[in-house]
Amino acid sequence: MADIISIAKSIFENQKAEMIIGYAKATKEGRTRPVVVRTLDEVKELVLNSFCLNNLSTYLTRKENKGKRVAIVAKGCDIKAIVQLIAENQIRRENVYVVGVKCSGVRRGFEGHDSTKIAEKCITCNVKTPHLFDELVEMKGEELPGTDEKAESIVKLEQMTANERFAYWEEQFERCIKCYACRQICPLCYCERCIADKSMPRWIETSPTKRGNFAWNIVRAFHLSGRCIGCNECERVCPAGIPLSLINRKMAKVAKSEFGYESGMDPNAPTLIGTYDVKDKEDFIR
Amino acid sequence: MSDSKFEPKIMAFVCNWCTYTGADLAGTSRMKYQSNVRMIRVPCTGRIDPMFIIKAFESGADGVLVSGCHPGDCHYTAGNFHARRRWILFRQLLKFVGIDDDRVFFSWVSASEGKKWVDVINEITDTVRTKGPFVNYQNLNKEFTLNG
Repeated sequence: MADIISIAKSIFENQKAEMIIGYAKATKEGRTRPVVVRTLDEVKELVLNSFCLNNLSTYLTRKENKGKRVAIVAKGCDIKAIVQLIAENQIRRENVYVVGVKCSGVRRGFEGHDSTKIAEKCITCNVKTPHLFDELVEMKGEELPGTDEKAESIVKLEQMTANERFAYWEEQFERCIKCYACRQICPLCYCERCIADKSMPRWIETSPTKRGNFAWNIVRAFHLSGRCIGCNECERVCPAGIPLSLINRKMAKVAKSEFGYESGMDPNAPTLIGTYDVKDKEDFIR
Repeated sequence: MSDSKFEPKIMAFVCNWCTYTGADLAGTSRMKYQSNVRMIRVPCTGRIDPMFIIKAFESGADGVLVSGCHPGDCHYTAGNFHARRRWILFRQLLKFVGIDDDRVFFSWVSASEGKKWVDVINEITDTVRTKGPFVNYQNLNKEFTLNG
């Protein structure tokens, strides 16, 4: 299997794309940064290792990239986002050249994080070999250990009483500073005008108050229900450390159990919230 | 406030074609029901953004009812089917953040079901009354009110 640099070269040589979104070496050891490569000379910047944690598909829907033919280096989890974007008619399959990464799991290596452990999203990953790609590249690295603590936390939360759950989330959301980093990084938060930015009427309190934080986090979670592909980028970028993956994964669980639906798997499948079934469950309706 | 008996505030989002007309029928038939409900008429249940429910709680509601046409009866053919799918997800999300089934209610009430409307309102008003005021959510508002 060819390495990432020779693949990138051949993409430009055969004019398969105008630019390549990939990973480059960062200034600090143990992390990488996103890079957009536009010429053959810049290709040598590209790297691929187990620190390639970011989901780069969020750049595909940026205005400046729309309608262009873009190549992207994407792991299985990132490809789920690309599949979902195609299913939601946000990008065209023929406009994106996917360099799929056969991945054995990624990790966070810089200060404050344990680089001997695999990232949380990789533990439950079912697409280590990508399910949609134009070309495959292998990421070198050994399988790292890791435990899925969040799955237990979700079950624990489910077993609490409503009051305890409310108190738990009140405490978590209180820390939110309304920076909207979770929204900016999310590959599926592509609305040109977010409901949080609307001022007439103002749906969500813009200052970081308890009330506004609660509303924002519920709305963010609902707008991603049945769409979130679980790349966990929102939680990674959250400066307040709110465990957003708990909510996202809970909603993915609901989508699976109620509708047998898993987002980001089939670009031709109808989206969950855009369709309906006359036989949908309604035991909760009087 | 605190010395008087607690009377819940129920917010109801109802569709124009079925539940609103059903409630109207209850009125014109001189049926009696508890007066705790404040109704907001929308064109269709499909028009009800989950944001409405949040906003109702922010504005001090103790319970919220969402009601529309029975499946298959929608004036716009499929509005209530879309709404139902949304509620299945949204209801689970609300539960997960601590807003349980005894705060948010859903019902189908057709234009001829004045009696059902009366029963639904009486039932949920009693449920919310025993449950008490929604202090959890109202505490979130505390930063905003001058006199607690």
